[in-house]
Amino acid sequence: MQKSLHINADKCTGCLQCEMACSFENYGIFNTAQSRIKVFDFHHTGKKVPYTCTQCDEAWCLHACPVEAIQIDAASGAKVVREDICVGCKVCTIACPFGTINYVQETGKVQKCDLCDGNPACADACPTGAITYVDANWTGLDKMREWADKVGNQAAGA
Amino acid sequence: MAWAGKLLRVNLTTGTCKSEPLNMTWAKDYLGSRGLATKYFTEEVDAKVDPLSVENKIIWSTGPLTGTMASTGGRFTVVTKGPLTGAIACSNSGGYWGAELKFAGWDMVIFEGKSPKPVYLYIQDDKAELLDADYIWGKTIWETEPAIKTKHQDPLIRVSSIGRSGENGVLYSAIVNDLHRAAGRSGVGAVMGSKNLKAIAVRGTKGVGNIKDPKAFMHAVKEAKKVLAGNAVTGQGLPTYGTQVLMNVINEVGALPTRNHQDVQFESAKDISAEAMATPRASDGKAHLVTNQACFGCTIACGRISKIDETHFTVQNRPQYWGANGGLEYEAAWALGAANGVKDLEALQFANLICNEDGIDPITFGATVGAVMELYEMGVLTKEQIGIAAPFGSAEALCHLVEITAHSEGFGKEMGLGSKRLTEKYGHPDLSMSVKGQEFPAYDGRVIQGIGLGYATSNRGACHLRGYTIASEILGIPVKTEPTDTDGKPELLKAFQDATAAFDAAGICVFTSFAWTLNDVAPQVQAACGEEFTVENLTLIGERIWNMEKDFNLRAGFTRKDDMLPKRLMTEAAKTGPAKGVVSGLDKMLPIYYQVRGWDAEGNIKPETRKRLGL
Repeated sequence: MQKSLHINADKCTGCLQCEMACSFENYGIFNTAQSRIKVFDFHHTGKKVPYTCTQCDEAWCLHACPVEAIQIDAASGAKVVREDICVGCKVCTIACPFGTINYVQETGKVQKCDLCDGNPACADACPTGAITYVDANWTGLDKMREWADKVGNQAAGA
Repeated sequence: MAWAGKLLRVNLTTGTCKSEPLNMTWAKDYLGSRGLATKYFTEEVDAKVDPLSVENKIIWSTGPLTGTMASTGGRFTVVTKGPLTGAIACSNSGGYWGAELKFAGWDMVIFEGKSPKPVYLYIQDDKAELLDADYIWGKTIWETEPAIKTKHQDPLIRVSSIGRSGENGVLYSAIVNDLHRAAGRSGVGAVMGSKNLKAIAVRGTKGVGNIKDPKAFMHAVKEAKKVLAGNAVTGQGLPTYGTQVLMNVINEVGALPTRNHQDVQFESAKDISAEAMATPRASDGKAHLVTNQACFGCTIACGRISKIDETHFTVQNRPQYWGANGGLEYEAAWALGAANGVKDLEALQFANLICNEDGIDPITFGATVGAVMELYEMGVLTKEQIGIAAPFGSAEALCHLVEITAHSEGFGKEMGLGSKRLTEKYGHPDLSMSVKGQEFPAYDGRVIQGIGLGYATSNRGACHLRGYTIASEILGIPVKTEPTDTDGKPELLKAFQDATAAFDAAGICVFTSFAWTLNDVAPQVQAACGEEFTVENLTLIGERIWNMEKDFNLRAGFTRKDDMLPKRLMTEAAKTGPAKGVVSGLDKMLPIYYQVRGWDAEGNIKPETRKRLGL
């Protein structure tokens, strides 16, 4: 079974545990500047939204790469950057419609979410369930359950 | 070892910034943040200094756990000599700024001297420079933060700054970061303003990587997070209701100071409670509360984010105040509400918003309003003097006063003195509900005996966050004690005060202590910093910090008579509620507290105590 990172922004508190977990997993350091997941804080509405790569099936970044440095991990389905092949041309950063692959000036390579070999540290660290790693075919299961409950209540009340 | 290992020393007089290695001997003895900053401060600054003079210094300091994955590990402390009190000032804040400073590679920033013109400090990792603040001087905090980000074309900068009240010398000005988190008390913002320092803007990209034992640290952090999640207060009460969960609870036990501490219960407490914030309004069908919010690294998320009713008289035709903004937290809801008898929730949110926007401590402000309202009802202050009729309960007066205080206009200049100076000026010093010039927070110190003793002995003036005995006396954490009992309270308070100092020094939030003891903190600090930070050592560090602060105050001229509560709490009994008839038992508790602390009958630290603590 393949799994997907699933985000429920309503549950995000803006604590940035996910960003620290990401940088620690990949670089052994607590550093939000090196995180591949980013939490956006919309002050005017009070909304906090974590955002990262959704691992497109037809990945724009992968198709755009001229040296085939972005490859598919067979087990997790993640599109993974091979740093030994990447030449830092940044074409993938232009191709990605979502902005979730970015250049790192310190290494001269790009970086993106690789699902931590199928055990994403961000989902593990999230204290509220705003980021979960769930069955790729059933990312809507929780929402369906919530609505099913409402419908059920209406039926019971009628 | 979790510390960045260096500090930034900024001389505002000469305009220089230089890097210094952190004194690691002191770091071992005082840990960080509140402890280490106060060590530097008390070593470098004469205790007799005028707080608003060029000789005073001001320090921003993180702790070793700041910027790590330890839950709530985003705290920092501002230490200086406070202009409201003349005592050591030590104001703690959350948000994201502290972690950003650590990510830039600095444990602390020490400012000395005074700039000849308004400036701000801009830190990008190792690079630090003072820049001209002409374009932000005279602006609010909510204007300053985006202006700096725009100027440097960097939306990821974090800013700690003052608003107009700090520039104008309001004696209880706060320093605000990330729009609505504040180093709130004792007037630290006025010190910043007196030095022509508007802001510290930080962008850090280096991170915190020098954890002593990363594997053990991640394990300890994970276990400790589970403890927070499983606790009723930190896992459910605070995330759901915020600190406002207390409003109805404290009112029911008859310890909600009302109308300048004339009463101990507020008949409209439910109208300004957490439950009221979550209830849809009649006007627009929307709840006041929008969401909760965490500070950096925090897995509790007690912060409140709310929106004011757009049709409310305070914000009609003022769309700049229609967005989501911070609050109400319990302390502000009490100080702006019950303390003045005001029950209009929207008005409280507006007053709180102005406090955030221009950097004012809502506790001291609200308590000063309470004193002004009492003086008004006595006929000592008039409508003409204040600019508005100001009886208890007037939301209009509250909202008028907050704006003229923020702008230092007219009577607002007198408001900016705080209740002690203002009531003295009008011949009624007994009406200031304060200790050492700093006003009480939201728990009645005559009903809840332990917290009353805590107010009297707090090194920064009246404060609930130095030793939150409410945890024991009301919530039963770690054991339930009777609020009105005086027996055992000196010992209880000392234990809370010492442990709290250690929590603060580590760089974590004191709210974790609803669930954590030092037994939960020690494994995290040990894995991050070194095996020597055992529970026993952390307790000793806490006690050392407490005595260091006390020693500074003694040298500043404070004596036993400054450890007293106002006459009202000693002689006017609680009129209603379960504690009806009770007055403070401070007279009984204070001598015992001094003994428990190892101080003499006058409150001086005995030589053997100094020796034991290595002072």
